[in-house]
Amino acid sequence: MWQFFHKLGSPKWFFGIATRFMPWLLAAGAILLMAGVVWGLAFAPKDYLQGNSYRIIFIHVPTAFLAQSIYIMMAFAAVVTLVWRMKLADVFVKSVAPVGLIFTFLSLFTGAVWGKPTWGTWWVWDARLTSMLILLFLYGGAIALDRAINDEKSAARAVAVLVLVGVVNIPIIQYSVEWWNTLHQPSTFKLTEKPSMPAEMWVPLLLSVLGLYCLFGWLACVRMKTEILMREQKTRWVRELIMAERG
Amino acid sequence: MAFESFSAFIAMEGHGPYVWTCYAVFAVLLIGLMVQSYRHHRAVTSACKRRYQQQKSTVGNRPKPAATFTRVEVSQD
Amino acid sequence: MHPIRKKRLTIVLFLVAGIAIAVGLTTYALRQNINLFYDPTEIAAGNAPVDVRIRAGGMVEEGSVARDADSLLVSFRVTDFSASVPVQYEGILPDLFAEGQGVVAMGRLNDQGVFVADQVLAKHDENYMPPEVAEALERSSKGQHKSADVEKAAETTAY
Repeated sequence: MWQFFHKLGSPKWFFGIATRFMPWLLAAGAILLMAGVVWGLAFAPKDYLQGNSYRIIFIHVPTAFLAQSIYIMMAFAAVVTLVWRMKLADVFVKSVAPVGLIFTFLSLFTGAVWGKPTWGTWWVWDARLTSMLILLFLYGGAIALDRAINDEKSAARAVAVLVLVGVVNIPIIQYSVEWWNTLHQPSTFKLTEKPSMPAEMWVPLLLSVLGLYCLFGWLACVRMKTEILMREQKTRWVRELIMAERG
Repeated sequence: MAFESFSAFIAMEGHGPYVWTCYAVFAVLLIGLMVQSYRHHRAVTSACKRRYQQQKSTVGNRPKPAATFTRVEVSQD
Repeated sequence: MHPIRKKRLTIVLFLVAGIAIAVGLTTYALRQNINLFYDPTEIAAGNAPVDVRIRAGGMVEEGSVARDADSLLVSFRVTDFSASVPVQYEGILPDLFAEGQGVVAMGRLNDQGVFVADQVLAKHDENYMPPEVAEALERSSKGQHKSADVEKAAETTAY
């Protein structure tokens, strides 16, 4: 079991796997996301209360969902960085942090634009919105800290500690709508219950969540490959790989 | 189709500006991030390649030096 | 597992557990402040401060909305079904504002117990459905036990 774990940590092995999976991730992601968005925008029925403005949900929920799951993945990678000193885990954290930042920003932005016609305000300091803003700062902090420290290994450790400290924010985001009185409504998708919308609304939503997940996978692969190339360009396997490539 | 005409689809009963702003910003940022990531990858790959080819031509057919300055991984445990 | 790694793992776990407890206790201590709004029950019981800017939230009581004929002044009652608070507001209400809908109002409680709002926000729940389904539900339940029936019916109509 540990052997497999260490193999997983090998940049060369990852490079090969990523190259093989990337076209599939890109195709699946683009198709699923397009299907979800087109269905949601043009074919799903409008909501009885909010009318058509609820159609923002088909990008608001996927970005918010990804913003949180990327952070959870980064936290796992941070544990691996601190305990096993695995280089690939640090490559992952460094590569996906900007993606998480953009998705968090998108979920805040789409939420604000959705809030204006429905709630009557762009922003309100309720627990859900504030904890999501903290997530944005955590992503920003991780990126800034990594840039501020020149030494690769100390940067990796410092960022891992910051990411781990910030992970307590995730359950707060998740349960804020249940623990406190918030303006934000509870989640539409729950693990234990049926979604609180009919199938012709939740199926496109699920499609766009899955699609964005695949596109995130593709983004993580490209960005990690770039990072590996920059770090390992003096090794023989990178040299051989690149010289063998056409063009 | 939930809308009767294309103009109704654009207008979204008055909510159009909100919905389309969201989708536009989402598309621009997502596609921008993907294009930027891909271009950066291409740039780094070609930079590496250029460097290797340069090294090859300058070193030529001389035998490899006995010692190099490549990073050596030392296990900490 | 290697002993050094085991030690590192324990340190990391303790770090996360410690911070989680610290944050948990802080949020528990601040739980009243983290709540976005006061319930009508709390306000009726006199738990909310007078003449301090607070938020009040609940449902708009059915049949309580009264609009002034020649100004934007609106008065209504906000209820949580065990107590209700009169609210006055002058301004434009959000689209979703209606009787039986959730609202959060920001403003001050005056000494007559009237909540003078300077901002009213609409709050909605996580249930989404097509208008036809909502109409059918409205007809079958005639607005009584609305929320419970809506949930049940939404499940049966979720084809």
